[in-house]
Amino acid sequence: MHSPLLASLLGGALIGTSALLLLWLIGRVAGVSGIVGGLMTAPRNDRGWRRAFLAGLVLGGAALLAFDPAALPDQLPAPLPVIVLGGFLVGFGARGGNGCTSGHGVCGLGRRSPRSLVAVLVFMTTGVLAANILRPLLVGGAS
Amino acid sequence: MRLAAPLLVGLLFAIGLGVSGMTLPENVLAFLTLRDPGLLLTMGGAATVTLLGSPLVLRRDRPVHGPRFVLPTRRDIDGPLVRGAALFGLGWGLVGLCPGPALTGLAGGSPQVFLFVAAMLAGMFSHYYFTERKSS
Repeated sequence: MHSPLLASLLGGALIGTSALLLLWLIGRVAGVSGIVGGLMTAPRNDRGWRRAFLAGLVLGGAALLAFDPAALPDQLPAPLPVIVLGGFLVGFGARGGNGCTSGHGVCGLGRRSPRSLVAVLVFMTTGVLAANILRPLLVGGAS
Repeated sequence: MRLAAPLLVGLLFAIGLGVSGMTLPENVLAFLTLRDPGLLLTMGGAATVTLLGSPLVLRRDRPVHGPRFVLPTRRDIDGPLVRGAALFGLGWGLVGLCPGPALTGLAGGSPQVFLFVAAMLAGMFSHYYFTERKSS
């Protein structure tokens, strides 16, 4: 990567392009938490594409590793209880709020959904609060 | 063919996450602690593509494969939306992972990422079990 900011933008364009492709090809929204959640709630005949997309995500992870072994995390920057708490909140909250960073932040904003705009503003705010205030309390030290 | 499309799209999505650096929690936390604007460019870049492209795609009667577009229709702001997004943000800011990067990260084989994903699935299932199941 020559410039991290250029990489951020280029990666974002790729993410947006994949969301657009999913809409164009099969008419579905590329919200990762919604796709996973549907494996528990959607009718059985609406689950195949979800499994395929999620398998693609993991395959893409493997492809990333092949090019750059440091592309995926080896250690997470938190002790085990905080990893469990964080994961649980992410899963519970994403289902309660009907979406996560991809569904609201990428697809929803692109469709000018007011619900997604509110969701993004709320999770950005609590994300900043958690990273700046909760993390130093629970994890200790600067990240 | 029916499953090849979502598979390849998922793969491209993961590569986008990797190129943007958002597969690494350190980069997400650097953004949330206001030290690095990268994630803003990533989300902005992605949303710009969908903002420009969605109207063109939705001009079609239906997707290439499948009977119709399945899109969220609600536009009201309610308590569950705000509360859910708030809890989601807290977990995101604690660890620096959200669902896409967490699932992509499974390919790295880190036990900690597996633990995060297991807790995330437990959170999703709890929501389904305690909230959605009762109301349906």
